[in-house]
Amino acid sequence: MKKKLWVFISIACIALFSAVSVQAQQKLEIFSWWAGDEGPALQALVEQYNSMYPDVEVDNATVTGGSGVNARAVLKTRMLGGDPPDSFQVHAGQELIGTWVVANRMEDLTPLYKSEGWMTKFPKGLISLLSSKGGIWSVPVNIHRSNLMWYIPANLKDWGVTPPKTWDAFLATCKVLQDKGVDTPLVVGENWTYNHLWESVALGVLGPDNWAALWTGKLKFTDPRAVKVWDMFGKVLAFSNSDASGLSWQQATDRMVKGDAAFNIMGDWAAGYMATTLKLTPGDDFGWAPSPSTSGVFMMLSDSFGLPKGIKDRTATLNWLKLLGSKNGQDIFNPLKGSIAARLDSDLSIYNAYSQSAAKDWKSNKIAGSMHHGVVAPESFTSQFGTVMDIFLAAKDSKAAASAAQAIADQVGLGK
Amino acid sequence: MSEAAVTGRRFSWRWLMYVLLVGGIVAFLVPIYMVVVTALKQPAAINLSTAWQLPKVWNWASFQQAWVAFSPKLKNSFTLTIIAALVSAMIGSLNGYVLSKWSFRGSKLMFSLMLFGMFIPYQSVLIPLFSFVKAIGLYGTIWGLIVVHVIYGLPITTLIFRNYYVDVPDSLVEATSIDGAGFFGIYRYVIFPLSVPGFVVVIIWQFTQIWNEFLFAVTLSKTASQPITVALAQLAGGEAVKWNLPMAGALLAALPTLLVYIIFGRFFIRGLLAGSVKG
Amino acid sequence: MVSGRGVLFQRAQPLTGGIIVKWRKSKTRLLGFVVLLPSFLLLGIFVYYFIGRTVYWSLTDWGKDPSQALAAHPVLKFIGLANYRELFTGLIDSRFRQDMVSTIFFTLFFIAGCLLLGLLLAILLDHRPKGESVFRTIFLFPFSLSFVVTGTIWRWLLQPNGGINRLPTFVGLPAGKFAWLTSRQQVWRIDWNRLPLIFAIAIGIVLVMVAISAFRKGRARRAWISIACAAVITAWAFIFGLTWKPLPFPELHGFNLAFIGIIMAAVWQMSGYTMALYLAGLRGISVEMREAAIVDGASEWQLYRRIILPLMAPITLSAMIILGHISLKIFDLVFAMAGPDNGSTDVPALLMYITTFRGNQFAKGAAIGVILLLMVAVIILPYLTSQLRKGDRG
Repeated sequence: MKKKLWVFISIACIALFSAVSVQAQQKLEIFSWWAGDEGPALQALVEQYNSMYPDVEVDNATVTGGSGVNARAVLKTRMLGGDPPDSFQVHAGQELIGTWVVANRMEDLTPLYKSEGWMTKFPKGLISLLSSKGGIWSVPVNIHRSNLMWYIPANLKDWGVTPPKTWDAFLATCKVLQDKGVDTPLVVGENWTYNHLWESVALGVLGPDNWAALWTGKLKFTDPRAVKVWDMFGKVLAFSNSDASGLSWQQATDRMVKGDAAFNIMGDWAAGYMATTLKLTPGDDFGWAPSPSTSGVFMMLSDSFGLPKGIKDRTATLNWLKLLGSKNGQDIFNPLKGSIAARLDSDLSIYNAYSQSAAKDWKSNKIAGSMHHGVVAPESFTSQFGTVMDIFLAAKDSKAAASAAQAIADQVGLGK
Repeated sequence: MSEAAVTGRRFSWRWLMYVLLVGGIVAFLVPIYMVVVTALKQPAAINLSTAWQLPKVWNWASFQQAWVAFSPKLKNSFTLTIIAALVSAMIGSLNGYVLSKWSFRGSKLMFSLMLFGMFIPYQSVLIPLFSFVKAIGLYGTIWGLIVVHVIYGLPITTLIFRNYYVDVPDSLVEATSIDGAGFFGIYRYVIFPLSVPGFVVVIIWQFTQIWNEFLFAVTLSKTASQPITVALAQLAGGEAVKWNLPMAGALLAALPTLLVYIIFGRFFIRGLLAGSVKG
Repeated sequence: MVSGRGVLFQRAQPLTGGIIVKWRKSKTRLLGFVVLLPSFLLLGIFVYYFIGRTVYWSLTDWGKDPSQALAAHPVLKFIGLANYRELFTGLIDSRFRQDMVSTIFFTLFFIAGCLLLGLLLAILLDHRPKGESVFRTIFLFPFSLSFVVTGTIWRWLLQPNGGINRLPTFVGLPAGKFAWLTSRQQVWRIDWNRLPLIFAIAIGIVLVMVAISAFRKGRARRAWISIACAAVITAWAFIFGLTWKPLPFPELHGFNLAFIGIIMAAVWQMSGYTMALYLAGLRGISVEMREAAIVDGASEWQLYRRIILPLMAPITLSAMIILGHISLKIFDLVFAMAGPDNGSTDVPALLMYITTFRGNQFAKGAAIGVILLLMVAVIILPYLTSQLRKGDRG
């Protein structure tokens, strides 16, 4: 019996040692939710990294699930479990700051920004959104725009309407379209697309300054100006489809393309979808305009990567971050992704018509941050905003929704 | 009642019975038809309006794709399930032996307290469990899941074995005891050899429960150590999903427990009935 | 050897024997205790101690302060029952309240569906049709599947534009239009603010019924006490309950029609279980008893109604308890079928997961977990204690 025990122990030790020794090679685990259609862009970056640093084994760990909801939960358990990935995709802004930076889990990247000369290569508005308490916390690899209205020019011509410039004009245009037989001029998709629509309406009704004030706590949700947002939102929704919850955002876009709807408020990944997957030509086959009442404002969201504390090999991750922030890296990634580079000096010739127009706006417009995509609101707020939306959709009660939003804002300490 | 009247009436009822039963079978198998048909379609051919039609081209590639995506997870599930089922069965057998043949004052209370653990919603212990598994360094490993499933499987395995051993005649135990066998001796010479059906029931039951479990799996595993249920949920939850892959994946995930059920159905049912009450 | 119909706690016969044997036996019983102890201790930690920690955390503010929520070593403050108060009367937790209502409706329909379908199938199979074992195998096979697999399959079936909605077209009818899992329709709505009033009136009615039956039995004192309590509660209801508004806005909750799809999938999965239970029970009714009843002139219908069904009552009770505790904590099925983001099909167990792992509200998630536990305990504890006592008496 004793002899068997010793044999068992020695075998266990040998197994343990061999397991440990296998891990001698350098590893870089990249954690993201870029699967499916969005995978190739990340893959191209990974290949570039591999060619620059052949000794490092890159683990492309993706977790599928729209807009990262599953990935964030998995990331949470990883971080809480004391096993952070070497670098993880996170929306730049409060999604990172309000969750991980305040919990003291990320390293300050200001030295990296200075050594790579990025302070002048990214717009000031962007850097301020990435900063908190004196530090800069992530490297933005792309910029997406949230406040866009998509339409098919040929269809609009048939119906005899033009893209409305304000929300009031939008309501009037929809009425005209309904008379022409388009029952649901605006197409919306599942839950989060409601939030997306809401932030365009809010930006339009409030204007960029009051929008920012909402998130610094200077303007309360229960302020009459903010309650008006819900009133307008309700009016806009009256022109949308009732079976929205069953549609993914791609399916909603399909409806607009087919002509069952006229307008779709969606971020510019819709351009990537229509250009790459549906093979439509930007500008000719599909058109875009800033969401009503928001022209001159670029509501941005950005995917970025940071440096968590407690990882095994900082050098590998820092090299990854350097690649992400470089002109080369951003110009490899963004044409494939359908977004634009965050850098001001990217080579615009390799981008399609939409991206070029977007890049022009990026340089000239006022910059506002998206709420749903984690720029101006932390996760503790956005994850509960769905409840606010449910409250509103149940009874179309603006005051109830506004009070709920304010209650959540108070609970998470918005703006502090 | 005349014979003819009885058989006459029974005849018509019997016909109705068969109709209902066949209808029931169709209703129960309709989802499976859908799964198989969708899994065999090419992604481009999957269309909501033609969902019920048989595939024009039989696309076996979905199974291949699913296999490639899932085979490491299947391995995880097999490792987890087999080890945890065996260990919890062994310990449950010993516990059941104690509770049935060597009951002492308070053993029934101890048993009830243990049984309660079978019924609790695992959400009510999820956070401390997570902290604990992380603290002992097993977070994200298959061993963490194995330990968790063994411990939470103890109540049901103990219950099944206890009820099973109560039926072992005490005279047999008595005789062996008089012959000089002690606690472990009786187990080795009397109880254990008789336990084979019991072990089959317990192992099959535990295999099914642990293979199908989701909450612990999704909370305590990392990508490398994920069991199949988590992988399937993530696959199906992806955006703009092409349904042939999740359907093929669902079939792969269901196959082991389904086979166990079909082959060992009798024992499966015994495990199922173990926690219930007679009149 | 397992009869399959064994009582949860079959009485274990103590062994008898001579004095020396008795001494050896008491030493062996001690050894038995030692063998049982590790399992007992492990479960003590993993069940009771962990529940205790969850209860403790539910009384703190873990998660409210973002800087502490995900920190490596969070600093927690004790805030008593504030989390629970917020869950039931706080403005932002209306989702939780809807989940509670949803779960009650789901449990009712799920249990009813499984019992009825299971009983029907068992009765059909009890007539021993040809190929009985094939039928039985098919009806029970969904039980061997994971809830995740079931959820994935049914999610595809219940897509609003395909699957089940297309079935009517095969018989020439127009396609169904019901939105299944994505439906936002709700029926039987009540205002949460009215809930205390409704509860009070319900309790009042129950007390009045107790009083009436006590009067009939001649127990006057109990009857008068019940009437007094009923009067007090009704008075409270109409004076206080009408004006007490826990929430500033009326909040309607009801049965979300989106649950119909989930109920269907759950009944599909679990009715084989009730069928197996009932079948075992039906097989236990002796043939003589049935023949005697038929000889006495009972029709088949009467046979069932007067003899067989009443004998099934304990099985029904046991099945209700098992199914009830499964449905109260249902998580996997809803997660796989509707995803965690579908508000209309949310259930408390799912909300707990989201609150904890997405919203970072660990204390509130713990509170939801404790509430789940209490709901399950209300069902299971009486069952366990009655089984415990039965085992002693039997």
